[in-house]
Amino acid sequence: MFLLLPFDSLVVNLLGISITVLFTLLLVFIIVPAIFGVSFGIRKVYMKTLLKVFQWATLRIERGAKEKNHPLYKPYVNGIIAKEPTSLEQEIKEMRRSGSGKALDTPEFELSDIFYFCRKGIETIMDDEVTKRFSAEELESWNLLSRTNYNFQYISLRLTVLWGLGVLIRYCFLLPLRIALAFTGISLLVTGTTVVGYLPNGRYKDFLSKHVHLMCYRICVRALTAIITYHDQENRPRNGGICVANHTSPIDVIILASDGYYAMVGQVHGGLMGVIQRAMVKACPHVWFERSEVKDRHLVARRLTEHVQDKSKLPILIFPEGTCINNTSVMMFKKGSFEIGATVYPVAIKYDPQFGDAFWNSSKYGMVTYLLRMMTSWAIVCSVWYLPPMTRQPEEDAVQFANRVKSAIARQGGLVDLLWDGGLKREKVKDAFKEEQQKLYSKMIVGSHEDRSRS
Amino acid sequence: LSREDFQRIPELAINPLGDRIINAFFPEGEDQVNFRGFMRTLAHFRPIEDNEKSKDLNGPEPLNSRSNKLHFAFRLYDLDKDDKISRDELLQVLRMMVGVNISDEQLGSIADRTIQEADQDGDSAISFAEFVKVLEKVDVEQKMSIRFLH
Repeated sequence: MFLLLPFDSLVVNLLGISITVLFTLLLVFIIVPAIFGVSFGIRKVYMKTLLKVFQWATLRIERGAKEKNHPLYKPYVNGIIAKEPTSLEQEIKEMRRSGSGKALDTPEFELSDIFYFCRKGIETIMDDEVTKRFSAEELESWNLLSRTNYNFQYISLRLTVLWGLGVLIRYCFLLPLRIALAFTGISLLVTGTTVVGYLPNGRYKDFLSKHVHLMCYRICVRALTAIITYHDQENRPRNGGICVANHTSPIDVIILASDGYYAMVGQVHGGLMGVIQRAMVKACPHVWFERSEVKDRHLVARRLTEHVQDKSKLPILIFPEGTCINNTSVMMFKKGSFEIGATVYPVAIKYDPQFGDAFWNSSKYGMVTYLLRMMTSWAIVCSVWYLPPMTRQPEEDAVQFANRVKSAIARQGGLVDLLWDGGLKREKVKDAFKEEQQKLYSKMIVGSHEDRSRS
Repeated sequence: LSREDFQRIPELAINPLGDRIINAFFPEGEDQVNFRGFMRTLAHFRPIEDNEKSKDLNGPEPLNSRSNKLHFAFRLYDLDKDDKISRDELLQVLRMMVGVNISDEQLGSIADRTIQEADQDGDSAISFAEFVKVLEKVDVEQKMSIRFLH
């Protein structure tokens, strides 16, 4: 029993020393650079090492699969079936040409027309453009997270050991670190903004508020181990403008806000989010809506216009898609934010899914589960492109302007530009689209009667 | 899979014949289709390969033969599954395809004309054999096949 005592105190001493060391390291390497916006480059080195490990792992899997003759599951980015992009008229004309020797110019109905609809329908059942945007992207090479592995069979001891090591590192080392950082970041944000809120309005307050915000966002960025590359920073949004970006997850906000100073727009939430929102409003004017107000579009538009017209106020950050999309495509932009008439600064955000998929599948995971998943991935790597500002031309309406901005963002980020509404995640499609298709087809066959009546 | 699952695909929902196609997956009276049934229906759309022509003709015909593909399309028209496309059935399917853009009389005359041209035994309805005859020149194999990428 006597031997235990000195041993005990030794253990306690060691524990105390290691915790102190950890905290100093934390402070020096993470928080201090966050305050000044400087980076040591540790994360970049981390990323390069991880890439090498992933490449090795993928090779290993492929080799193992060949040895055992297992068919490997390979995800296709562009779809699994060969589709030809022809229109309704073209296809039907072709069918009639091969079917009957009749004149092609007289529009009429043929029994073979049904083949077109039939085939199109079955094609969409096999593989369609829209529903696959609402679930996480599939990777081509494995990144040592069991959540992304579709070939999960035992391949080799080394691979399993590596995976196990990865789990250990991610859950026992990185996760507590990240949670501690996140906690620090959020509490600093809340206290900092509240304190700044007490100062009188003026240049000093704005300056402090800006830096408090930036600092806390930077800490949060490090909390997620987000490695962000900013491009074209000279196009960063300025006061009195609107910043639009494609939406993949709530983390988009943190990523953008750590590089610029924005006014946020969003619904008032309860709980922790509500506390954060109220604190932020004290330091600088954000636009938070009550849930009931969100439905009233005119009210929303009016508040946004007021904010934008005040040149001293910050640029507004809006995500016009309205919902989280899985970062392979950009869906329809809601025209509300484009009707206001301010300068629009488009921003394209593209995540690299190899290190951690940032897409929030809100029908599958709640917010807390999502954050935990984020914090147990390797890292969040993304690129942010600031595109040159756009304004609405006199001859285009809000919808065309929105589409123009959307194409620019899609092109820059290498995403597919879709015309479908992101709201289709939860709602059914409007009948208007079906009616359009019907109209198109009826044009093809209605002429026959007119010909008949003439002759 | 139930019918609602299919209807959630936006591109299928805007297809004028979407409901008929969805119906083709569900066997008589059932509301659920399992993977096998799903596969069987999709198998109709496999491209026809050359080596299958030399196969034993005594065995059951493969699902993606020309005749079976035509049968699939025939079933889309034949609403009450009595192996005949009557004037009413043709009218209903036409109505589905054109929506509200064509009047009833116009649609009626189009249906009448189609039946006139196809009908050979004079029963004012199109049987499967007559259907096949009308479409004998159409390249069914190519139009009703979907190729998977490797």
